[in-house]
Amino acid sequence: MSSLAVSQAEPVAGTAPGTAPGTAQGRPPLRRRIALIPTASLLLGAIYCLLPVAWVVIAATKSGRELFSTFTFLPGTGFADNFQDLSAYRDGVYWSWMGNSALYAGLGALLSTCVSAFSGYALAIYRFRGRETIFNVLLAGVLMPPVILAIPQYLLLAKADLTDSYLSVLLPQILSPYGVYLARIYAAAAVPADVVEAGRMDGASEWRIFTRVALPMMIPGMVTVFLFQFVAIWNNFLLPYIMLSDDEKFPITLGLFTLLEQGANTPALYTLVITGAFLAVLPLVALFLVIQRFWSLDLLSGAVKS
Amino acid sequence: MKSTARRQSHGVKGAPYGFLLPATILFALFFALPIGYAFWLSLRKVKVSGLGLGSGARKEVWAGLENYTDALTDSELVNGALRVLGYGCIVVPVMLGLALLFALMLDSEKVRLAPFTRLAIFLPYAIPGVVAALLWGFLYLPDVSPFYFVLDKLGLPQPDLLDGGPLYLALSNIAVWGGTGFNMIVIYTSLQSIPAEVYEAAKLDGATPAQIALRIKIPMVAPSLVLTFFFSIIATLQVFSEPTTLKPLTNSVSTTWSPLMKVHRDAFGEGDIHGAAAQAVIIAFATLLLSFGFLRAANRRQKQEAAR
Repeated sequence: MSSLAVSQAEPVAGTAPGTAPGTAQGRPPLRRRIALIPTASLLLGAIYCLLPVAWVVIAATKSGRELFSTFTFLPGTGFADNFQDLSAYRDGVYWSWMGNSALYAGLGALLSTCVSAFSGYALAIYRFRGRETIFNVLLAGVLMPPVILAIPQYLLLAKADLTDSYLSVLLPQILSPYGVYLARIYAAAAVPADVVEAGRMDGASEWRIFTRVALPMMIPGMVTVFLFQFVAIWNNFLLPYIMLSDDEKFPITLGLFTLLEQGANTPALYTLVITGAFLAVLPLVALFLVIQRFWSLDLLSGAVKS
Repeated sequence: MKSTARRQSHGVKGAPYGFLLPATILFALFFALPIGYAFWLSLRKVKVSGLGLGSGARKEVWAGLENYTDALTDSELVNGALRVLGYGCIVVPVMLGLALLFALMLDSEKVRLAPFTRLAIFLPYAIPGVVAALLWGFLYLPDVSPFYFVLDKLGLPQPDLLDGGPLYLALSNIAVWGGTGFNMIVIYTSLQSIPAEVYEAAKLDGATPAQIALRIKIPMVAPSLVLTFFFSIIATLQVFSEPTTLKPLTNSVSTTWSPLMKVHRDAFGEGDIHGAAAQAVIIAFATLLLSFGFLRAANRRQKQEAAR
């Protein structure tokens, strides 16, 4: 099939897409404009994906009584009260969780992106002994189930007296094998060898070539790596679950989980959990809407091709 | 080219190692050392003498493979593995099937609302697994769920979604909801990189859209399907936060529902670090074995295709 397609590609290539013979004839006008089944299926998929989000938006507006008595998708009157209750819960510990998540994810992703950029650049640009070995060993890290790492990480950090600290959640997440992998692919695609060579001719040091020449070229890809890491760290549950016991240091995922655990025995806390979940979703949805415009689709496909 | 290489070898030689230094240090500290430590722990055990009181009563001694034989004959671990296997058999085909279907539809001609639906389906990627499980958990609760409300109004029976067989579907649904969009984007992106001429030519030959999808598009995105399949299997084996989050809402999710949950419970709930380490090593080994087996099979297939 595909060899056939290639042999016939020549004469068609020059024709503009809309004017290809055959498409303009013999079809009713409506079917020509909208493909009904695909559009309807995609809409169903969108509804399925938006449903829990729509539910939490509405449920967050309900008072505890309304939650169990009114129809699910009917807005309630209790949002302001819920918001105040949540903010007042244990002296505003909820907002500490949000702040902690922002810190872990923001700083963690930034450091992670730097490490990925250094490594990806080195692996893409230089030819040196042990290059493939280092790359493969780093990549094998992807395959390690997090619990396998987290238990000995916990024990080792306990020996260094670092458990239950901000560092215990931050440090293990800086090196991301997936980030290194993406950075290597992006550096190979974005930084031409000639440019690096030209820099050397001009007598620039390797570090200077990287910061002044290569890094600016890699920025769009590094934004993607940053966002991947930000989302990954923000969504991480297991590592803080294992490392932390002081709930002032919890990220939002762990905070909500403990709130739910308590709420299971006290239905009065349900409204707090729901309002908390709603507010926790907001920043990431906002970030998501901003980043999807910058989302480098080429990078993802590049990652797939190689 | 040769002269470049020779010039490089002067001042440049150490540079790549310098750039790789931070990653290497972090890898050694947070990957290699913990893995080695876990392996060492798995070969040891705590020996309690007397009543186990006092400082000298608990002693760490060599255990050989004892922890491993214990783990492999532990019915809880085996049952957990079987549960995750069943769960994976639902999640992976459904999630990737939907992802492929949506990607093909997004890529088809004359489809409307594509940007909006693409965004909506991708949105769950941004929502943490814990929050996703929490949201769906509430939607599964008869007291607050719209589904039960509708079933009630229609006079239909109301199944308990958090028990027995339906629990698998309930958990699978959370994973499918969270993962479909990401995989869809990966497949869609590689669909977009297929040159338009290929389709034009197929159309001239009289191929229908369905034929184009089946015989051109799917084979051409095979590499990205392999990649998404691979990541999905790994993610499924490591399921932890979703069942852990549902646990407070139901009695049917035990603390050992998935193998990783059992490892966590043994290590931190029971304080059996050595047994947990052995189980962890077994899971890591199984993951590696499965991954390499899968990648080799995929490679061989691709080589066969290329040779044709």
